[in-house]
Amino acid sequence: MTEAVLAIRDLRLAFGSRRSQSAVLHGISLHVRAGEKVALVGESGSGKSVTARLAMGLLQESPKVHATGSIRFDGIEAIDGGPEIARRRGNRVAMIFQDPTSALNPTFRIRGQFRDVLRSGGRRISVADADARAEAALAEVSIPDLKRALDSYAFQLSGGMNQRVMIAMALANRPALLIADEPGTALDVTVQAQTLALMHDLTEKRGTAVLLISHNLGVVREFADRVYVIYRGRIVEHGTTAQLFRDPLHPYTRALLAAIPKISGGGLPDLPERSPDFESPMITHEGCGEPQGFSA
Amino acid sequence: MTTPILQLDQIGKVFSADGHRVTALDDVSLGFERGECHAIVGESGSGKTTIANLVLGLMLPTSGAILFNGVPLPGDRSHAQKRSIQLVQQNPLSALNPRRSVGASVRLPLDVHAIGVSADRRQRVEALLAEVGLDADMASRSPRGLSGGQRQRVAIARALACEPELIVLDEPTSALDVLVQARVLQLLHRLRLAHGLTYLFITHDLAVVRSIATRVSVFQKGRLVETGGVDAIFADPKSAYTRQLIGAVPVVTDEEAQLREAIRAGAPGTGTAAS
Repeated sequence: MTEAVLAIRDLRLAFGSRRSQSAVLHGISLHVRAGEKVALVGESGSGKSVTARLAMGLLQESPKVHATGSIRFDGIEAIDGGPEIARRRGNRVAMIFQDPTSALNPTFRIRGQFRDVLRSGGRRISVADADARAEAALAEVSIPDLKRALDSYAFQLSGGMNQRVMIAMALANRPALLIADEPGTALDVTVQAQTLALMHDLTEKRGTAVLLISHNLGVVREFADRVYVIYRGRIVEHGTTAQLFRDPLHPYTRALLAAIPKISGGGLPDLPERSPDFESPMITHEGCGEPQGFSA
Repeated sequence: MTTPILQLDQIGKVFSADGHRVTALDDVSLGFERGECHAIVGESGSGKTTIANLVLGLMLPTSGAILFNGVPLPGDRSHAQKRSIQLVQQNPLSALNPRRSVGASVRLPLDVHAIGVSADRRQRVEALLAEVGLDADMASRSPRGLSGGQRQRVAIARALACEPELIVLDEPTSALDVLVQARVLQLLHRLRLAHGLTYLFITHDLAVVRSIATRVSVFQKGRLVETGGVDAIFADPKSAYTRQLIGAVPVVTDEEAQLREAIRAGAPGTGTAAS
């Protein structure tokens, strides 16, 4: 079996001061193997986005953040954040966000931002080389007028274009892992479908592993190989995409799937918003446990 | 055939800024039958929000007329006309005054429109809250302390307080989690049947349309592309754009995936579906 590029073990997170803390993650474990597409799916407040941010080392500096457990990535331990994981951001691990237009810097042209990305991690690259690589990267995400796009500010491009630019930048340094937090959710449905397909094909071609963070089970079904369902800071079900959608076992997953309106009709089910059943123990589908005794 | 409750008659809307003219709606004629849930679907720039604003009287059309129960709506609407058409927005937190308690928010339209006598209004507020599934003790609370679903229920109760004939629902469940969305959609469905309400339901979500609407009109760049009964349109969408929209929906079941494939593979339509 391929080694995991990201392995999270018993991750617990609480926000607050020493005296009053509120627990957000109650010990979650997940892994992503090289080249694999894994989804972490849950509702707002479930803890899915903070998990992604912890994995990137983006929350640990705050004194109000108390994280324990283990986050192994690329041969290092990132549970406490620090310079080792910081050096890998934009490099070995890249992230794309929900709203591409606000994720790009509004005061710099795309060209300059691309140069910064290509120089991250202390890389030396000439302006001419950087621009050539930026053009090649934008061509790969099917941006038509390359020179014009590079000379534009983010606000001059459409949301769909900016999402493509973000994908191109995120993959420019050939990261081992791409973390995509609700990609395309802010976009129109046809544009969202196109960008997801693009991201899928490009990461597949390069063998980039993806951790997809989403509230949308439909998007997960289209995109991921394997799925973790998270509810209130706990993983409740883990299986391959085929297992989870053909045979959902946990009461929470079943409720979610039933509650989603379907284009095939069938009306609306009568379901509670909350139920003690949703807190029942985690279910792991066959062949999907967490790997034992490996190093990421 | 009875007079539609709402009729858009050759509506055009043009916005001008910095010498640019943008046509938001281009010669749109469309009728809304009483008691229906009529969905208006489209992507950004389709004109769906402009339709909501025109129907609510928040802006005037550049050309054409809006008829309510067969009578053209004037630029300056009467109290009764304003009262008959209500709005529920996407984000209930920004729609509710955070300094006003839930009870005061629901009571305000009763006072403004002088509905019932003052002494009965507290009871009326409680009855309205009960109708949307909220306890009476919610009345004293601030909207800030409520969940998204509870806030949307308050916004619905406030709209109902006016005893409207038509409610414009502008992406009412788009900001809600899926389990909460299902409850709110059910509530809306039940209220429509119980009160004989007509909904103008604006959404980008075609699966929501399928689950709650009776009719659907698809807009693209300010033009009406296709209109018809929901079952008919999902069985056989006539326009290429409608097929493209349904074809892009992320789905969760094999049954949906099969329907989507059939729609993607369908022969190009010939234009606006007559129905």
